[in-house]
Amino acid sequence: MQLKLALPKGQLLQETSTLLHRSGLEVSGYDEQSRSYRPECRSLPSVFLKVFNEKDIPIQVAVGNYDLGICGQDWVEELLAKYPSSALVKIQDLGYGRKDLCMAASKTAGIRSIDKLNGRAENIRIATEYPNLAEAFALARRFKRFAIFPLWGGAEAYPPESADLALVSETPDSPVNHDLVSVGTVLQSRAYLVAHRPSWESKNMRPLLDPICASAGKMQPSAEKARPAGASQDSPCLERHQDSDAVRLAVADGHQQKPTIEFLARAGIEVSEDPRNPRRPAINLDRVNVKVIRPQDMPLQVANGNFDLAITGEDWLADHLYKFPSSPVKKILTLGFGRVRIVAVVSKKSPFESPQDFRAPLRRQDITTLRIASEYVNIADKYARDNHLSPCRLIPTWGASEAFLPEDADMLIENTQTGRTLAQHGLRIIDTLFESSACLIAGTQPAASAKEKRIADIIQRLERTFKES
Amino acid sequence: MQKRCKGNRDLLPQDMASFRYVEEAFRSSCLKWGYEEIRTPTLEYLHLFTSTGTLTPSMLSKVYSFLDWDGWSGERVVLRPDGTIPTARLYIESLPQASPAKLFYVENIFSFEETGKESRERWQCGAEMLGSSSPSADVELIMLAQEIIGRLGISSTALYLSHAGLIRSLLRELSPDPAEQSRIFDQIMDGNAAEMMRTVATGNPRLKDSLSLLFDLNGSSPGFIQNVKATLIRDFPRLEASVDDFLAIAQLLTDMGCSYQVDMALGKGFEYYTGVIFRFQLGAQKLGGGGRYDDLIPLMGGGDVAACGFALDIDHLATVSKGPDNSRSTILIRAEDSGRIDKVIFETADLLRQAGYRADLDQGYTGATKHKWILSIRGEKGKPGFVLTDQSSGKTTELDAISEILGILQVANATKTGPS
Repeated sequence: MQLKLALPKGQLLQETSTLLHRSGLEVSGYDEQSRSYRPECRSLPSVFLKVFNEKDIPIQVAVGNYDLGICGQDWVEELLAKYPSSALVKIQDLGYGRKDLCMAASKTAGIRSIDKLNGRAENIRIATEYPNLAEAFALARRFKRFAIFPLWGGAEAYPPESADLALVSETPDSPVNHDLVSVGTVLQSRAYLVAHRPSWESKNMRPLLDPICASAGKMQPSAEKARPAGASQDSPCLERHQDSDAVRLAVADGHQQKPTIEFLARAGIEVSEDPRNPRRPAINLDRVNVKVIRPQDMPLQVANGNFDLAITGEDWLADHLYKFPSSPVKKILTLGFGRVRIVAVVSKKSPFESPQDFRAPLRRQDITTLRIASEYVNIADKYARDNHLSPCRLIPTWGASEAFLPEDADMLIENTQTGRTLAQHGLRIIDTLFESSACLIAGTQPAASAKEKRIADIIQRLERTFKES
Repeated sequence: MQKRCKGNRDLLPQDMASFRYVEEAFRSSCLKWGYEEIRTPTLEYLHLFTSTGTLTPSMLSKVYSFLDWDGWSGERVVLRPDGTIPTARLYIESLPQASPAKLFYVENIFSFEETGKESRERWQCGAEMLGSSSPSADVELIMLAQEIIGRLGISSTALYLSHAGLIRSLLRELSPDPAEQSRIFDQIMDGNAAEMMRTVATGNPRLKDSLSLLFDLNGSSPGFIQNVKATLIRDFPRLEASVDDFLAIAQLLTDMGCSYQVDMALGKGFEYYTGVIFRFQLGAQKLGGGGRYDDLIPLMGGGDVAACGFALDIDHLATVSKGPDNSRSTILIRAEDSGRIDKVIFETADLLRQAGYRADLDQGYTGATKHKWILSIRGEKGKPGFVLTDQSSGKTTELDAISEILGILQVANATKTGPS
């Protein structure tokens, strides 16, 4: 009988690898250097292993694609907060991967205690990668009115201008941003072994459970680090001069950061990183503030008036507008760099040559449900509708999407520059949805007149640079 | 095979007949009592339900909330989990001059149920009176609800009364901390009244005895409330106003010949109640209930408007009511020779419908049908002939004219309720 175990990449990879090594399971291909998503267990050949982004693992285990999974408890609770009847069983705390989720506010906001927010009639804006936990927290705290801004990352950059609270994670190695103060702990999380409930009830999983659970006790807990408790600590209330007429510009983090900074430099806009505060770099323009956030989050943030301008991808703007057609955000300029194609992808072994080829087997129910995995959930949703691909189930992913094919998805909506990476993972492009490059976006409402001229100046510089390139 | 969503149910023809039966009894009673019908949207903003702090966390954790197509601002919407709060919102938005406004609605409400075995969509019929603080308004609503239940042929129902204002006043006396008061009230409204009160009174035997008289015993007359008043007011004189309000309602109900039981521990899940709370039960089954909620509209920014109301659970009422009147004659009309529906058949059916009968054209029924009568029509030299069969007795009559058919049907129905 085959057992399937989902393993995390990212922060938990190294310690999980150590756990597996200590458990006597001879696993190869599961380390930082490995490019494969399918490690092998030599001591138990009947065990199938796959590597996922940690956030994907609770969903993969809950839907039954995997019998067991290892991931942070934070992502398990995030799933259960919205879907309490998920077929997910928490088996064992594995003793490592300590991560605290705390509700944090800016030190400048003067929010010392979460209780102070309970009676507030104005909207309380909460930015977070954990929207379900944040909503449960707000409801349990009886916030009168709140808005949750789901993020792909960088929540700590949002208070105080763009959010009142950020639900952020902190680890012993990476404490909460020094500009923030924790006003309440939501969850103390560690790495967890989780199981698909029907597998737990019906399969003998001892060949994996015995060694993993035995080794879990031997894992060293992550170093405990005293964290400043915001509510009780007399934290200094730092005064940050907030210039309400300053132009607020968002630039991308991750692999788009370098080309964005280079493009701005060609336009005469020098953005220089501040090592003490990497999310708030300096800029050589007067009365312009720059913040580094995820490109995926920019359209929503611009729509909500938190930024005047942002440099994101046309793909993320499309994804946003497919979900919220009335959203007050628009493209100002195409910038040309970071060019990718958004493509529909299948496994090389798949018999299908085009999206239309799926229709007949779906009609005949040879395929009961088409599983489409994508980071671009709304683009994928529209693509399925436009191509009459029904019934279909969308599987949201948070990176490493190519790992899903062929076992855990039938199709992928993904971006690619050359197609080489897809080919290396045994995948084949069957359709191109559209081409996307970096673009400058802004709100549809006119900016305040005090900063109109400075916004126009930035747009002109970027337009000129694009034309010259 | 396509299946319906987990936790949802279809209403089949028989279910719908029962549903409409309850709805019609409710609507006609409300209209006769001077109430006007409204309907609020299925989608409301989530903050409508969070801003007033009037649903317990337990209820809020089960709302269907999501970001709709307009959700870019993070504004979540919900499938309405309750009928009263949207009605109050409608009143403030559109009917602020009406005082009192007597409104009623038939609406579905949504609440997540984990197993999916219970329906997550429930239908309720509710009546609200906005703009009256008199105890007689509470009594009017109780009597209206009771009339509706009576019209449905449901007997042996029990009416239970409690008083949220009295509980709140008591909590204010017992705990100086508003957050603690709120927490305990949540617990009481979620159905843990007696236990919570025992915990609060730990270490004070005299208080424990007084609370026990209130929460552990059920009274059935104004005398019970008088007795409670005598024991509690000694220690807590500030409870007097609430007790007197409760007493006035109980006395008027007694005067009206309405029997009830006082059960202070009846939980409801709604924190908006400020005065009397009532519930109708058939055995252990809750049929519905309501109460006074004088703080809700002020909390929503609608001014100082007192209000009370009730909601009855249509699904439960449909199950236990005597059911719709099925005595109306349904006539199946078919072409005897050709089986083809022609002009004569349409015209005959039309005449029968005008006379108040249900005339169902046979478009290919197979096997036995549930119709009371079968009317076969045959064409003879341009002149139709009729054969009317009584399916219950098997008696067949040959007839030449529609008037003869109507005569037979009238005689047959004379012993029943007749066509409607």
